[in-house]
Amino acid sequence: MISALSFRLTKRFGTRTVLDEFALEVHGGEFVTFLGPSGCGKSTALNLLAGLIPATSGEIRLDGSPIDHLPPERRGFGMVFQNYALFPHLTVFDNVAFGLALRARPRAEIAQRVRRMLQLVRLTEFEARYPSQLSGGQQQRVAIARALAVEPRLLLLDEPLSNLDAKLRLEMRSELKRLHADLRLTSIYVTHDQSEALSLSDRVVVLRDGRVMQVGTPAEIHDRPRTRFVADFMGYRNFFPVTVDRIEPGGLVVARGKDVTLTGRPVTPLAPGSAAVAAVRPEDVELTAELAGPNVVRGTVRLTEYLGREHDVEVALDSGTMVMARVERPVEVGSAVGLRLPSERVVVLPAGDGA
Amino acid sequence: MLPAAIYLLVMFVYPFAYGVILSLQAKGGGISVANYLAFLLDPWQVRTVWVTASIAVPNTVLTVLLALVVAYSMRRGVWMERTITTALVLPIALGTVLVAEGINGFYGPKGWLNQGLLALGITDAPRLTHNYTGVMIALLVQHFPFCFLMLLGYISGIDPGLEAAARVLGAGPWAIFRRVMWPLIAPGVAIAFALVFVMNFGVFPSAVLVGQPAGATRTIAIAAYQQAFEHSDMAMASAIAVVMGGCQLLGLGLILVIRRRMAATGVATVGAGKR
Repeated sequence: MISALSFRLTKRFGTRTVLDEFALEVHGGEFVTFLGPSGCGKSTALNLLAGLIPATSGEIRLDGSPIDHLPPERRGFGMVFQNYALFPHLTVFDNVAFGLALRARPRAEIAQRVRRMLQLVRLTEFEARYPSQLSGGQQQRVAIARALAVEPRLLLLDEPLSNLDAKLRLEMRSELKRLHADLRLTSIYVTHDQSEALSLSDRVVVLRDGRVMQVGTPAEIHDRPRTRFVADFMGYRNFFPVTVDRIEPGGLVVARGKDVTLTGRPVTPLAPGSAAVAAVRPEDVELTAELAGPNVVRGTVRLTEYLGREHDVEVALDSGTMVMARVERPVEVGSAVGLRLPSERVVVLPAGDGA
Repeated sequence: MLPAAIYLLVMFVYPFAYGVILSLQAKGGGISVANYLAFLLDPWQVRTVWVTASIAVPNTVLTVLLALVVAYSMRRGVWMERTITTALVLPIALGTVLVAEGINGFYGPKGWLNQGLLALGITDAPRLTHNYTGVMIALLVQHFPFCFLMLLGYISGIDPGLEAAARVLGAGPWAIFRRVMWPLIAPGVAIAFALVFVMNFGVFPSAVLVGQPAGATRTIAIAAYQQAFEHSDMAMASAIAVVMGGCQLLGLGLILVIRRRMAATGVATVGAGKR
């Protein structure tokens, strides 16, 4: 039942290209996330895979055989929708049984399988309820059970957590993680939330304007973003335009900008003299007593936000550039501070990467 | 609340009560059911109930079915949707008489259709106006738009995600209709059925203009009209009108009972639309 998927898809609406030669190979049992802002084509890609909209060109293969000609009802996939899309006129039981009833399985087998699915999503005592009598989280669990009940060859999830409140979203995220660990279904997950992508996925595909920006493990995407766009999406908030000065023997890059001279990790090879962008996360910026030196910037605290364990601090450098830092001890607005950008945490990206 | 009550009182309760009381006035004064008995015991008169029903019921089924098919097929939007919808809805704006004239002009013995058929050498084409068929066509043209608009609104209010979910789970077009869409549409269809039935049962202008008001399409409304304005017997006319209202209420009640049945079996418990 666990299938490998490979596809190459292009979708145009009129003259607008929504997906441009989006190609990927997904291994059996793998959990892959399409990550990107709204309008990047991630949901379109999912609907193309499900067969709900036709591709302009390309092909989809499941375990090597093409499935493009199959209508959605014959692909044998499971799909979970952002708004759950539960059948309002059917009970929880009948919703989960829907796919099995269409396959004309014996009544006893259906009942047994439905109950097992409800057990899996911990909704056993709700089988006689109607969707409108359930909370959002419960509804989404029914939707997941319904998709899993047909033993799908591929599970497609379209922003399944985005309609839930923050607390429930975290709970459901763990639940999805647990389900995938138990069932190892080949899954494709669509989201615009980087933390969901990082915590759930074996691999993440970052999309922008219908094109793949980067494919990699969550750690790769998080630590080694290849473009400014991916870095921005993965929480790098501070960007310094720099010029590459030289490459150190260890592979680190020394670069010079109007705000700072720094050492950082290049993600792609960079030639001395080329324009680059140094990126660093607020969480990685440290307060320091030094006010000058390599990898240190100096400025005035403009704004602080108390977050409980930490403080978000906005520092205006002398040049006017704003730097965001997340620090553990409080600082006063108006005070002069030094900020260290640790070399191993600074990523140096080529400038003007088209992103 | 108060304006609604005043409206009901002035526009509905008073005329209705007045009519009922009028219908109970005997010729020589006093109160009796003589008018009702006169109507119900006269075969020529009581026949109008069956004539009306034989037009109203099949026509309602036809209208609702046709509107359902068209509205369902337009649920995901179609090419030139606005133009098509406008064309379908236009007869509402034309009024009964104009529609009847149009039908005579097109379907009548000297109408375009017949002339076209004659030109093709078909000389024994069935007569389509001034009979039962004429009234059926006229009512369909007049009541289809209401029914279509109502059902289109109802159907397009259903989350398209439900259909997508059903498809991915293995449902083909027929299974989607039967297992997902129909249960959600059915309450709306029942209401459309009730409205069209009531409108059909009161058919008067079409029955006169494109029907055969002295025979095959002598509906109950015509009988009431004749009593009122040809025989100047307002009491009798009121009695006939009350019988007509009774028949309409009976049909309405039957449809609502069926609708409630559907709800009781869980078919229509939650209704349609997005949450």
